[in-house]
Amino acid sequence: MTAPAAGLTVVEPGHARSGKETLHAEWTKLRTVASTGWLLLGGAALTIGVSAAVDAAVTCPSSGCRADPAKLSLTGVQAGQAIVVIIAVLAVSNEYSTGMIRITLTAMPRRLALLAAKATLITGLVVAASAVAVLACVLAGRLILPGHGFTTAHGYPLLSLGHGPDLRAACGSVLYLALIALFSLGVATAVRETAVAIGLVLGLLYVFPVVTSAISNQHWQRQLEQIGPMTAGLYIQATANLRSLPLTPWQGLGVLALWATGALSSGALVFRFRDA
Amino acid sequence: MTTVTPYRSTARDAHDGFGQLLHAEWTKFRTVRGWVIGMILAVLVTGGLGVLIGKSTVPSCSVQNSSGQQGPVQHGAACGQPGYPLGPGGEPVRDEFYFVRQPLAGNGSITVRVTSLTGRLLGAGPGSAPPVVVPWSKAGIIIKDGTRQGSRYAAMMVTGGNGVRMQWNYTGDTAGLPGTVSAARPRWLRLSRDGGTITGYDSADGTHWARVGTVALAGLPSTVQAGLFVTSPQQAAYSSSFGSGTVNNNSTEATAVFDRVSRTGRWPASAWTGDDVGAGGPTAGSAAGPGSSRYHQVAGRFTVTGSGDIAPLIAGALNDGPAITVRDYLLGTFAGLIAVAVVAAMFMTAEYRRGLIRTTLAASPHRGRVLAAKAIVIGSAALVAGLAAAAAAVFLATDVAHGNGSSVFPEPWPTELRIIAGTAALIAVAAVFTLAIATMVRRSAAAILIVIVTIVIPFVLSAPPGIPAGLTEWLLRITPAAAFALQQPAPQYYQVQASYIPSSGFFPLAPWTGFAVLCGWTALALVLAAYLLRRRDA
Repeated sequence: MTAPAAGLTVVEPGHARSGKETLHAEWTKLRTVASTGWLLLGGAALTIGVSAAVDAAVTCPSSGCRADPAKLSLTGVQAGQAIVVIIAVLAVSNEYSTGMIRITLTAMPRRLALLAAKATLITGLVVAASAVAVLACVLAGRLILPGHGFTTAHGYPLLSLGHGPDLRAACGSVLYLALIALFSLGVATAVRETAVAIGLVLGLLYVFPVVTSAISNQHWQRQLEQIGPMTAGLYIQATANLRSLPLTPWQGLGVLALWATGALSSGALVFRFRDA
Repeated sequence: MTTVTPYRSTARDAHDGFGQLLHAEWTKFRTVRGWVIGMILAVLVTGGLGVLIGKSTVPSCSVQNSSGQQGPVQHGAACGQPGYPLGPGGEPVRDEFYFVRQPLAGNGSITVRVTSLTGRLLGAGPGSAPPVVVPWSKAGIIIKDGTRQGSRYAAMMVTGGNGVRMQWNYTGDTAGLPGTVSAARPRWLRLSRDGGTITGYDSADGTHWARVGTVALAGLPSTVQAGLFVTSPQQAAYSSSFGSGTVNNNSTEATAVFDRVSRTGRWPASAWTGDDVGAGGPTAGSAAGPGSSRYHQVAGRFTVTGSGDIAPLIAGALNDGPAITVRDYLLGTFAGLIAVAVVAAMFMTAEYRRGLIRTTLAASPHRGRVLAAKAIVIGSAALVAGLAAAAAAVFLATDVAHGNGSSVFPEPWPTELRIIAGTAALIAVAAVFTLAIATMVRRSAAAILIVIVTIVIPFVLSAPPGIPAGLTEWLLRITPAAAFALQQPAPQYYQVQASYIPSSGFFPLAPWTGFAVLCGWTALALVLAAYLLRRRDA
């Protein structure tokens, strides 16, 4: 072996094979794309905005109402999840639309570790942003709802994270959004195309609540509600009339977790064995 | 020196006329398999969801027992289709009232004074029944084409809370004198028939008369039934504040006192006949049993009691009425629209992603025309897909629901046509809107995001009950989602109390006004897109 020619510097080989390096590389990618920050901000704003608008639009007459104040003040999650879907889908599909995936896989050939790193980072980001958004929603509910008839006199104490069911609804909403992100990531890994993945995920999410609203047969309605990723997952926001739900709140979130697991594992399978 | 002949292709010269441009864009669309599959998927999803909703309808005769489960289900003819009477315009109506009548041959008039209108809730015990006059309890005089339910009529009436009204053929309604009726403040009513036209008058004193309205009832026979009527609709107690639309109806009855009955013209019968029109009929289901409606006549003073309504039927407004409408079969439209929007966005963004836009613009440097050609191609493809989707959803689902033994809210055919054609138009214009947005932002994620947030989310928030109607109505007024008003199955009637909220299929804008909102946004987006396409480097 001869010594390297003068003028050439020796570069230590990269250690991208370790999980930490993969995470770091993916974090750099996510962090340096301007859209990630804007989308997280927009998603939080949409969630808080819709929730506050709902809070301001309801009234509870003195004759009483059958509303669930925790669920009402977290309504924005139903809109904000659309942005979460887009953030998660873009994390994968952008690699394909720009051709970056070839460089990424050259640098980090262990595909499942790569997917795991992406999933970890996206989950972390979504949890952080949605925790802020959900806290703001609860705060908005606490400030606005008492002015619209949701008073202790009508049987509605202030929303409070010290109250078990309210805490479950708030933390559950954050988990719900995290699971939605994982579900979207799985679908996006499988289909690769941005627009198709977003359309597919949002179609699957929204179709259940819309269709069950038109179904008059209660048996079918409950069946469809408890298998839909959005309808079942949002049971976690319920704090009243839990008996009338087909599943308990945590079981409902479990249904969504099953959807996410299914999507992620099929995405991982396809990703592992398909040419990029 | 040798001369070199320049090479000339033997192919014919190409032109960049608009026809060629359209052809080129059509070729691009049709040769991408994924896009064609996307359009077919839109049809399958919308149609499939329609069939699912039709399949899951509850047979109208199955009873819900106390535990909320469906009772034994009977099918087909054994079940018996409850035939809702149809009005002269083909719309389903309620036509139940107590009728004190005589035939009137040819032209003539009837005049009466109403001195009292009271009412009570039915269902409670006779001793405890609280006095309740619902705002649309009605008492007055009517000229009607026989006693068949759904036949044409014109009537002058006093109401519980809406003053004197003239109403005709179920949907027509004009206001007369305001205020409630009492012995101290009686109301005089007059109807006069002249051929095919009927004119209504009202008066506070019997000497000074004011004309309320003149209506033409086409096809009214020469001999009609005319006389006094009283009816009182159900008192709807719905918790509309949360849009849950839960209706808990209580039947009511009204009692009115008439006197000073005078008639002109030829009245061949010698005595009055009391008739409980619609009693025991299909829509009288929750009305009180026989004997609850009656009349007494003492020396020219008539006391008449009746229950029911003479008004258009609203889907879901009656406990036992049909709740499913054609619009419900089309709830899957939004899913089909997502599929179409994905294709429309990619139809433009793929040009940028693949660099094809440079070839496209080199071949046809008129950028505005390229955008127009793309809009026409994607709009037409979406129109065809939308038409197929809507027709499949409506016809297949209606078929399945009929096989199920369910009664579906019947629509006059022009309404059904508007709903189907309107759904196709909504999908087509939304596709062009998506294309314009995609031209502006060039990225499919951003384009889809904008279309989802402006069209799909407002609709999704408004379709299931739960979100306050005030908020969703506001969204359905200003966002492009306003065009979903094209699917509204029936108009809102001022003279019928119901929960007119988006989740029940009542939109804040009229069908074509809502469509105009979408068209306005699309025009704006197209202008901006054309401007940006010309000003920016590709």
